[in-house]
Amino acid sequence: MIRATHEIHDRRRSRNLGLGLVLIAFVGIVFGMTIVKVGNGEDVLGTGMVTQEAGQ
Amino acid sequence: MSDTSLHNLTRSAEPEFADYVALLKPRVMSLVVFTALVGLLVAPVPVHPFIVFTSVLFIAIGGGASGALNMWWDADIDRIMRRTAKRPIPSGKVSEGEALGLGLALSGLSVMMLALSANLVAAGLLAFTIFFYVVIYTMWLKRWTPQNIVIGGAAGAFPPMIGWAVATGGVSVESVLMFMLIFIWTPPHFWSLALFMKSDYDDAGVPMLTVTHGHDATRRHILGYTVLLAACSLGLAFTTIGGPVYLTAALVLNFRFLVGAWKLWKRDTPQAEADAYGEEKRFFKLSLWYLFLHFSALLADAALRGLGLTGGAA
Repeated sequence: MIRATHEIHDRRRSRNLGLGLVLIAFVGIVFGMTIVKVGNGEDVLGTGMVTQEAGQ
Repeated sequence: MSDTSLHNLTRSAEPEFADYVALLKPRVMSLVVFTALVGLLVAPVPVHPFIVFTSVLFIAIGGGASGALNMWWDADIDRIMRRTAKRPIPSGKVSEGEALGLGLALSGLSVMMLALSANLVAAGLLAFTIFFYVVIYTMWLKRWTPQNIVIGGAAGAFPPMIGWAVATGGVSVESVLMFMLIFIWTPPHFWSLALFMKSDYDDAGVPMLTVTHGHDATRRHILGYTVLLAACSLGLAFTTIGGPVYLTAALVLNFRFLVGAWKLWKRDTPQAEADAYGEEKRFFKLSLWYLFLHFSALLADAALRGLGLTGGAA
């Protein structure tokens, strides 16, 4: 019978939780960077197109 | 999976999240964060606060990645030395392959993300820093020359230069002098520690100056580098990022550091043993404050300039 509170589960949970938080933070960072760059009118996609405000 | 097989799993099979964090050498990362942040904030080009945050974060992750790769390569000597025996790989918490994988993945990610967050110059400098620390220092020179500390110091000196490049997109005399400040500071800092720490570098086959050339030669080297350091430190005061706070701090700190190095040079091992290496310990403690206060002073002058209280150069 497997005990749910085995130490190995705690270690695995710590790892999964940590990785989950890192991934969420990473998504937030990429989103935030995009907002800032687009807000500054930078050519974030490398298409040569910038926002109208920046082009004026 | 049965209860028995669960118990039979070794600890290395299930590292905690904190074990991976420990691979990134968080204490070294704190110095990287501080100096990179100062390099970025003292630059004459304003940067959006979120870009400051992300850029410094990716510089820190790059530094951490090189720490993980260093632990992967040095796992054999880390097992021998008491100071490093509790690191994640020698203690069996993380496998060597995992450290290599994490180090390579985070190296690539940090460089790529810094390029997106800031610019290619900053990303290129970060890539070079990782390459320098891992390949030139860790793999090549650390076990070959007693000047290893000098070379390793260069890797630790790059962060303010990268921070400056994040803001300005280039390299200048200011960023080179910030680099030189940490680069020349590293040898006296570590050698003063090596004088009073009983180390097992010899058992691990790492040539340390204190072992290969003796304590007297190390004391001479400390004095020599301290004189050079004073020149770099005072030179920085007369660039665009210097100011009254920095000049005052540099004068006081270099005077005290030079006096300390002079006292170390005048002593020999029996004298040092007689007072339990008190002077060496004081010099090492002062070296910690020396670097912290230099960069804090640069930040203070930048704040004064930002408030319009002072002009440009000192």
